[in-house]
Amino acid sequence: MIEQGLALSARGVRMSYIDQSSGDRLLAIDRIDIDIREGEFVSIVGPSGCGKSTFLKIVNGLLPSSEGTIEIAQPDHGRDHAMVFQDSSLFPWYTVLSNVAYGLICQGVPKKEAQKRAQPLIDMVGLRGFENKYPYQLSGGMQQRANLARALTVDPEILLMDEPFAALDAQTRELMQAELLRIWSEANKTVLFITHQIDEAIYLSDRVLVMSARPGRILEDIRIDLPRPRELEIKRSPAFVEMADHIWRLISGQLQDDKLASPSA
Amino acid sequence: MSGASTPAPAPSSLPDRLPREPRWKALLKSERFVLGAIGVVGFLILWEALARSGSINVQFFASPTMIAAAGAREVQDPGFWSDFFISLTEFLSGFLVAIVLGIPLGLAAGWFPKLNYALDPWLNFFNALPRVALLPILVIAFGLGIWSKIAVVFLGAFFAIVIPTVQGVRTVDRKYLDVATSFRASRRLLFTSVVGLATVPFIVTGLRLGMARALIGVVTGELYAATEGLGVIIRRSAETRQGDRMLFGVLIFTLSGIIGVELVRAVERRFQKWRPEGFRR
Ligand SMILES: Nc1ncnc2c1ncn2[C@@H]1O[C@H](COP(=O)(O)OP(=O)(O)OP(=O)(O)O)[C@@H](O)[C@H]1O
Ligand SMILES: [Mg+2]
Repeated sequence: MIEQGLALSARGVRMSYIDQSSGDRLLAIDRIDIDIREGEFVSIVGPSGCGKSTFLKIVNGLLPSSEGTIEIAQPDHGRDHAMVFQDSSLFPWYTVLSNVAYGLICQGVPKKEAQKRAQPLIDMVGLRGFENKYPYQLSGGMQQRANLARALTVDPEILLMDEPFAALDAQTRELMQAELLRIWSEANKTVLFITHQIDEAIYLSDRVLVMSARPGRILEDIRIDLPRPRELEIKRSPAFVEMADHIWRLISGQLQDDKLASPSA
Repeated sequence: MSGASTPAPAPSSLPDRLPREPRWKALLKSERFVLGAIGVVGFLILWEALARSGSINVQFFASPTMIAAAGAREVQDPGFWSDFFISLTEFLSGFLVAIVLGIPLGLAAGWFPKLNYALDPWLNFFNALPRVALLPILVIAFGLGIWSKIAVVFLGAFFAIVIPTVQGVRTVDRKYLDVATSFRASRRLLFTSVVGLATVPFIVTGLRLGMARALIGVVTGELYAATEGLGVIIRRSAETRQGDRMLFGVLIFTLSGIIGVELVRAVERRFQKWRPEGFRR
């Protein structure tokens, strides 16, 4: 049984991939402990390939962990969690509308009603008028927005988001961040958010977890005590800049250990 | 950057919808169409000239006008139509049974690895085996009538459909399965919303290959041993040196093949609206 007030609790989660042909094991993440309270917004940052997506897939039940446990609070009704995948994972054979309604279809909602309930989310992510287009007819950023709408349609208790805004331009990204914060605070959701953008992580989150290079561990758990609601100007405040600097140094330290950093860094 | 700025360009005058030229005008402008037409007509004229000058033996090779005349005679002959419908029946029955059994088996074998392991050796064996080589035994087993032809058409098309279908299911992109699983799709929905649709392009490939095999089955079956059918017309005309009638029969098979390919294309268009134009094969 998960502790009262926690939405998610991971204990000693390890995971190794096994190479199909050689049988070699590749340790992707190593003993991750995370507690996330209900309604908390937590981001994970870390070097590329350190196991962030892997961890999120384990939380989502798509991959088994090799060791450790994950507990997720079960809501009284509705969906416990939904995932926004890193690369565009819209079904190419469905229109935007069918894609966004898909989660509801999976819950057994009749098609007509599912599409009706999908519409407001399509409007929200600015895709009105594109309902009947196929994914190949959308830009990369539009696909990511449709992806986000698809996850939100099922009204999940916990949102697992794997670099959901990576393909967006700066302006759209800020709009989507604001939308996400609005939904998060209004609907009291828990969010576990992966990003490469340090300022995005700080701006959105209550806590930022910094991961080490592979095998991924949690290097530091940084509480972001900036007041909410946050204005965009906050990104220029000294406290913000200092935290960003700190996280940046943590990550580039990892890169140097990994001999990945460019000589100039 | 100072205040110097270039004026914004005038709004582009590109229309939302490109005006469509009349089809025939566009065709006449198309180099591909014009050269193609010259090639076809040129070859027919050359053929006709060689036949009339006696340079080629019209008993074997006929001439375009002779074939046309033979065709005009045949289509007024009820005997031709009954042969035609025999061939059509053999083709359709064998092909449809191959579709109805082949697609579900292919989907199942792709989905359940154990079934695939068990079937794979036989699928590969029969796919490598030229099925028309089984005709002698099929004729003995099923007789000279349509059943031996249906059997060979079926065998030809069945494996051609099953194998790509299995392939299609096995190569469904993992990430789409992940999405469905992540939304807790039932196994049934996983199958209908992901596996089935992702496999459509492969099934279409199977239909196209199967169609070609089925046509070969009908022709070979009727040429080898039959009492009725277009193949019999071809065989008898050849034996009696009626090159024009024989080539008319060949022409009918060819046209059927072209119509068949177009039908598969229509199925493809219906089910693959979601593929960008350039990827449609
Ligand atoms: N299906 C797989 N099979 C084998 N190894 C894998 C697989 N998926 C990921 N890996 C390996 O596991 C490690 C972690 O991958 P993961 O996708 O979790 O990284 P990530 O932190 O999400 O990276 P990025 O920030 O680039 O998205 C990588 O070294 C990768 O090579
Ligand atoms: Mg990733």
